[in-house]
Amino acid sequence: MELLEGIADRFNYWIYVILMMIGLFAMISKNNLIKKLIGMSIFQTAIILFYVSISYKEGATIPILYHDQVHGAHHEEASVTETAAHHDAEQVAHEASADVHAEASDHAEHAASSDHDDHAVSHEDHGSLEIDPDLFVNPLPHVLMLTAIVVGVATLGVGLAITQKLYGEFGTLEESEILEQIKSAK
Amino acid sequence: MIITGLLLLQAEKDFPDWGDTSSPANSYRLSQHYITQTLHETTVPNMVTAVLADYRGYDTMFETVVIFTAGIAIIGILSVIGTGGNREQFEPKLSEKKPDLIIDTTCRLIIPIIQVFALYVVAHGHHSPGGGFQGGVIFGASFILLALARNLQTAQAWVPENRILNLAGIGIFIYAGFGVAALFLGGNFLDYGVLTKILPGGVEDARSHSMLGVEIGVAFTVTAIMFSIYSSLASNGTMKEGI
Amino acid sequence: MTEQAPVLILLFPFLTAIVVALVGIRIKTVCWPLVLLSLAGSVWASLVTLVRVIESGTISYKLGGWDPPMGIEFRIDGLNALVAVTVTIVALLVAIYSRDGVISENKNKVSQYYTLFLLLIAGLLGMVITGDAFNLYVLLEISALTSYALLAMGNIRATLASYKYLIMGTIGASFYLLGVGYLYMKTGSLNMVDIHEQLIVNHLDGSSTILVGFILITVGVWIKMAFFPLHAWLPNAYAYAPTTSSAIMGPLVTKVMIYVMIRMVLTVFGPVYAFEVLNWDNIIVWLAVIGIVAGSIGALAQKDLRKMLTFLIIAEVGYMVGGVWLADETGMVGSIFHIISDAFMTLCVFLFAGIIYTKTGRRDINAVDGLFKKMPLTMIGFLVGAFSLIGIPPTAGFFSKWYLIQGGINSGNWEYVVALLFSSLVNAVLFFRIIEIAHFGAKPVEGHDAHHGDDHAKISEGSFTQVFPLLATAAIILGLGIFNKEIVSIIQDFVSQFNLVAGI
Repeated sequence: MELLEGIADRFNYWIYVILMMIGLFAMISKNNLIKKLIGMSIFQTAIILFYVSISYKEGATIPILYHDQVHGAHHEEASVTETAAHHDAEQVAHEASADVHAEASDHAEHAASSDHDDHAVSHEDHGSLEIDPDLFVNPLPHVLMLTAIVVGVATLGVGLAITQKLYGEFGTLEESEILEQIKSAK
Repeated sequence: MIITGLLLLQAEKDFPDWGDTSSPANSYRLSQHYITQTLHETTVPNMVTAVLADYRGYDTMFETVVIFTAGIAIIGILSVIGTGGNREQFEPKLSEKKPDLIIDTTCRLIIPIIQVFALYVVAHGHHSPGGGFQGGVIFGASFILLALARNLQTAQAWVPENRILNLAGIGIFIYAGFGVAALFLGGNFLDYGVLTKILPGGVEDARSHSMLGVEIGVAFTVTAIMFSIYSSLASNGTMKEGI
Repeated sequence: MTEQAPVLILLFPFLTAIVVALVGIRIKTVCWPLVLLSLAGSVWASLVTLVRVIESGTISYKLGGWDPPMGIEFRIDGLNALVAVTVTIVALLVAIYSRDGVISENKNKVSQYYTLFLLLIAGLLGMVITGDAFNLYVLLEISALTSYALLAMGNIRATLASYKYLIMGTIGASFYLLGVGYLYMKTGSLNMVDIHEQLIVNHLDGSSTILVGFILITVGVWIKMAFFPLHAWLPNAYAYAPTTSSAIMGPLVTKVMIYVMIRMVLTVFGPVYAFEVLNWDNIIVWLAVIGIVAGSIGALAQKDLRKMLTFLIIAEVGYMVGGVWLADETGMVGSIFHIISDAFMTLCVFLFAGIIYTKTGRRDINAVDGLFKKMPLTMIGFLVGAFSLIGIPPTAGFFSKWYLIQGGINSGNWEYVVALLFSSLVNAVLFFRIIEIAHFGAKPVEGHDAHHGDDHAKISEGSFTQVFPLLATAAIILGLGIFNKEIVSIIQDFVSQFNLVAGI
């Protein structure tokens, strides 16, 4: 029972392992050149999924700060670096600006949230916001995987180019036939 | 085969010490720092973009180089310009077709929208998911769509073959340019902070602007190479006919 | 300016590559001079860095101005700096050599070829100087992609071999990536030194995730360095490639991978973990021994000159991996010194093979028929390289084997010592065979002889750009051998900080 629980907890990892095995198997044992490349693609995708799954936190959202947090920060920084009078002037200017609706509602939200002691945003002294890390998914693996996806695409492209050249020369995509042709041509 | 077997074994070993789906290694100071400090240090709300283009900007530069390399490599492998044809006996059949009416009309409507959307994705990388790579791919895809709908030559009238690489190179130079500019202004490579001397705004704003500039460079390169790879592959190197 | 030297090592080839790609398509003649200039700049920058490291210890260069582990940093210590200098010098020499080869074999794609060439060097250099595990993966893929393409641009058998290399190489790199992912999952950091600290602080020695991560990284790197039994892609790939490609890749790619392995073992995981906790050293040394023997015997069986040399590379890789896993200080020093000396030795013989191919158009061993008289300079260069591979003083090869053998004796791995001696013997047989053919002529059939005489009249000494690098390499090999004390002392400074205990 414990084993099953353990598996259930980490079922996502098991899936990735299975995907990787499928990809690896295709890469090594298939005869057709294109199928090998597809296997490579599957393999790399599995690794990418694995990384992304590391970054997941329960109940968290994507790693982009909320609109009100951003504007709260701007107002924060403005208010602590300038005098109070200037700050009021800014608020008035904001409210008088073209997108007055958005700003006004933003202000209302901001004021309301600050009243409610929202622990996502709190007033600090020197403009450094309290952003609760548990609310957001870990951004670092996402970044790493952007790079990995790009690399995978590039490798696939070069692989396809090589395959095309081989096809042009030998007229077949089966590795065994190509090897036979080379042997008989010797 | 032995290798596959070994790997299946390895898969089984993965049992203990795998955290469950909520933050064991995420509590480390690295990701904490990214999440909490991004706004303060760079005024960019999208943490992924901030990490990608600033904290780990060096990685991203090389990522762009990877794409560029792939484009050059494919041209190098496949290109038959100037070698005087006659190489293949087994050329895949490339046929000439009149463009289909439905596809044609749809493309005419959609392609501009796709391109504008691509530009939007690049520009809004700071505030929503997006950024240089994503926008660049979409933009490049619009050209590929054109090539698929009509034929390769029409698409190439829009994006001439010999100019494509220029665009790609310019993209990388923009990226590296930001880095080198930082060198000249006294900081380390890719240290956007010192670019405040030539960019308006404070240190954090300079970072934000530089990130945008860098992302634009990336978008250029990706667009150009996407299309270049497509042309090379589709025409088997000849760049004249397409699918 | 010297503050920025670490970055410049890499920037020169990198930026020039883009320029070559754009400009060189129109103006072909500008490619080669640009390549030379940029690599010369790199050599300068790497030497400056080496001097700084010797004077002031490990350098840490923060990219983007961010402190590690938030940002990426370069960490350059004695090991890095030496390998970087080696890579840049080898690259410059091959670039000088390359002019004839590229023009005769790839004349329509000169600019693409040189772009890929420079990017390969930039990738290798980046791998050597970085201090961040994921950054290493990105640069690994850059050098891999460029090498697939550089190989595939040769004759068609090279293209097939390049495909095989692509598949194997991607498996290797992906394993590495996966291993780094495991490490990240448990330690939360990507910076090499930081990972090491986290491993210690969190007492992660017993964790099987870290163990599997270690296996994955090691196997991944082994695939890419053609360590037996994962070496199958190497002989075909290098043997049929354009001469310049094999000249640049043979000496460098595998050696840089060995550097990566050493870096992982020493800096990231730490010798305590790698050698004591895991206790696999003996198995790996045995694998290395088999690799050495297999490589040597394989070389004996070859008639194609370059294929023979590629088998020798496999044997050399066996030396170095075995040397590292002896878990002994002298052995480690020997391994690192061997990276440097082997890079030059391999370069020497590959340049020689390339010259033979360009001048005689033949790939088999008998092509060196009587060349002592026709191409004396080339043969002298080759002699130095051959002696070094066999291990005759005062060439560098002798000293590196000396250290390795000492390490083997210290740690009690007699099988390793025996394998080293055996392969030296085999090398001697191989090379004396070639020297004999070159000096006395092959043993031909009567009628054949007259025919060959006509051909031979046309063969002259290689051109300046081809022979100069060969002789320069030979000089460097001798220099390394004579001055090995200085270099070894740098290496020993680096290695001694790890307190490797002799014996297992």
